[in-house]
Amino acid sequence: METLEHIIAEHPFFAGLDGGFTALMVNCASNVRFKPGTYILKEGDPANTFYLIREGKVAVEVLAPQHKPIIVSTLSVGEILGWSWLLPPFQWKFHARAVDDVRAIALDGKCLRTKCEENHDLGYEVLKRFAQIMERRLEATRLQLLDVYAVR
Amino acid sequence: MATAITIDPMRPQPYSVREITKETPDTFTLQLEPESAADRSWFEPGQFSMLWTFGVGELPISISGDPALHHRLIYTVRSVGQATHALVNQRLGDSVGVRGPFGTGWPVGAAKGRDVILVAGGIGLAPLRPVIYQVLQNRNDYGRLVILYGGRSPRDLLYRKELAAWARNRETQVLVTVDYGGLSWRGHVGVVTTLFKYSRLQPAHSVAMVCGPEIMMRFVTRELETQGLSRDDIYLSMERNMKCAVGFCGHCQYGPHFICKDGPVFRYQQIRNLLEKYEL
Amino acid sequence: MAQRSERIFGADQLGKLIGALAQKGYEVVGPTVPDGAIVYGHVESVEDLPAGWTDEQEAGRYRLKRREDQALFGYAVGPQSWKKYTHPAEVRLWAAERQGGVFRILNNEAAPKRPHAFLGVRACELAAIAVQDRVLLEDKYRDPIYEQRRRGAFIIAVQCTQAAATCFCASMGTGPQVSGGFDLVLTELLDSKGHRFLATAGSDRGAEMLTELESVPATQEDHQEAVASVETAANQQVRSLNTTGIKELLYQNFEHPRWDNVASRCLTCANCTMVCPTCFCTSVEDVTDITGDHAERWRRWDSCFTQSFSYIHGGSVRTSAKARYRQWMTHKLASWIDQFGSSGCVGCGRCITWCPVGIDITEEVRAIREGGGNGNP
Repeated sequence: METLEHIIAEHPFFAGLDGGFTALMVNCASNVRFKPGTYILKEGDPANTFYLIREGKVAVEVLAPQHKPIIVSTLSVGEILGWSWLLPPFQWKFHARAVDDVRAIALDGKCLRTKCEENHDLGYEVLKRFAQIMERRLEATRLQLLDVYAVR
Repeated sequence: MATAITIDPMRPQPYSVREITKETPDTFTLQLEPESAADRSWFEPGQFSMLWTFGVGELPISISGDPALHHRLIYTVRSVGQATHALVNQRLGDSVGVRGPFGTGWPVGAAKGRDVILVAGGIGLAPLRPVIYQVLQNRNDYGRLVILYGGRSPRDLLYRKELAAWARNRETQVLVTVDYGGLSWRGHVGVVTTLFKYSRLQPAHSVAMVCGPEIMMRFVTRELETQGLSRDDIYLSMERNMKCAVGFCGHCQYGPHFICKDGPVFRYQQIRNLLEKYEL
Repeated sequence: MAQRSERIFGADQLGKLIGALAQKGYEVVGPTVPDGAIVYGHVESVEDLPAGWTDEQEAGRYRLKRREDQALFGYAVGPQSWKKYTHPAEVRLWAAERQGGVFRILNNEAAPKRPHAFLGVRACELAAIAVQDRVLLEDKYRDPIYEQRRRGAFIIAVQCTQAAATCFCASMGTGPQVSGGFDLVLTELLDSKGHRFLATAGSDRGAEMLTELESVPATQEDHQEAVASVETAANQQVRSLNTTGIKELLYQNFEHPRWDNVASRCLTCANCTMVCPTCFCTSVEDVTDITGDHAERWRRWDSCFTQSFSYIHGGSVRTSAKARYRQWMTHKLASWIDQFGSSGCVGCGRCITWCPVGIDITEEVRAIREGGGNGNP
């Protein structure tokens, strides 16, 4: 049975972080579960927590009038859900729904961003890692936009 | 492997349409049998035929059947224009002209003893299906089999029942994603490169084969390199305009390569420099 | 190859040669001058040849001028090449019939009635035939149409005794000296000693054909005169193409600004590919009659300069004139080497003469080479 500390320390996202910072993360972390269909976060809500997915699939979606919800992407094991907690206005831009049974580690984003303001070294390390996640997601999203399988 | 012997490579052999299956709203699988019962049809996974519909025209179509079965040739065709439309609207018993098989095949020999990673986009799964049959029928000759498949939307996915069946084989992982999901789709949504993080790869021990739109193949090969595969272990299937398929008409040239005889399957190392050239 | 003796025969014997070939069943084709240009056509007698004509060629310019003498081969090459016969512009591949939904291919190929005798093949043209042999006979597949027409052809080569301003075969190593690949080779000599031909056989059937003519052994003087006139042709050449490292030069300069420069002039009219003796690209056309039950497949010349040449579902890969010109020149001078082991260009200069805007392939190579050569302007 892995401890929270072990999972966080082993996760690639936290690799290279100072031991003190890792301990900090552990203090702000907890195990959570979501039943299928549950909304983990909702567009417009204050963004104060982010999640490290350990099991299951999460759909990032947009609710539009006269439309069924449109899934823009899915995230699964090992991925980080949520970065809007890090940057103003600290508000979720999308819905995120558990597609199946989801187990995740919830991390206190509000606490962490306060610490980042106080300790810029930590802030830089955290921002660097999130920038990489965002870059990869942006690249994938652009590819999705190309609609390469459509008939010209 | 012996190919169909034709004295004149420009002369089609009549084959009879035995079965037509609808895979998706615009894609159909045709099963053809040679009209002369004595003829046997051989091909290597990755090769293609030139299929001719009477009076309409001829098209290069990858063979997507089982290379171990010699009594039929199977093709999955997407109806996108006049010629493909004519092909998929053949009736049972009609004749279709077949020339070939042509081209280089997937490295099913070189992949023996190693993990096989197949990355398919859209109709690109059809030219890779013969590899899947070959690997699963000779399971002990290969390591792990990883199939990553991306389609436009759930209703555009090919061979859905087979995908589920393939996933049940030992040491076989099948991951499917779509660009556009819907509320009833419970699978992955996102481009096929997003599936890599869910697959367990041993890069030094793997051979990858990639097939799909050129943009998709460019990004996938980049991702495979990031994952640690060597450029000599990554293979792509390229496509260009084809008229003769025997290296005479000049249309299919891609840099110095004739896709009909030097390809369609290439090692990434061979064409890496060409992929980035615009309007080549 | 055994050293065959050089013979001299009078110009009046040339008609006898033509007659002898026709008698042996050959359709003799050679240079004729119907309409302001020297083109290949049926030659029944010496009267059909362009006696007393010469050509003036420059980039985008071709004119015929009267000579002061009655030389029969006193010019360079015209807009056509022998691929007109070996790799015809339009040929039917096969016909098929349909009953119900079932079809069968009919075994009624139209073959040429008689083999050809090519009269007046220049060194650059022999080189071009060898280049096309490599492409159409010696690669993965064999083209049966080319094979039949090419193998059956009797080749009478003619040494060039003068060069046009657009000729650059010397720099390409393909001429003007004829070195092999012929049944007979003639050098026309026209001076105070009379109008005569120095002839050597290059094959058994060539030697046999020579015996049909009244000839005497060539003297050392005749031999020197013949050699000197070919040297004249070499020395007259004003253009040259530097082929040193040309493959790497073109491969590495895919983005050279010179391509934009030539694209601003090129009309993508495809003249160059039609007159070029080594261009081999074709397309196929499927046609039916009005009942829909009789179909034919035709093969016809195509050109990489057309918009649709590189079309695949949705659009063409090479849409710009820049991409298409670059493709042609890179293929001809560079990729061809990787594909077939030699250059695709034989230095005949036709593309320079027949380009309506006078684009000069030798000049384009020079510009890329001298303009940095690393893709730098």
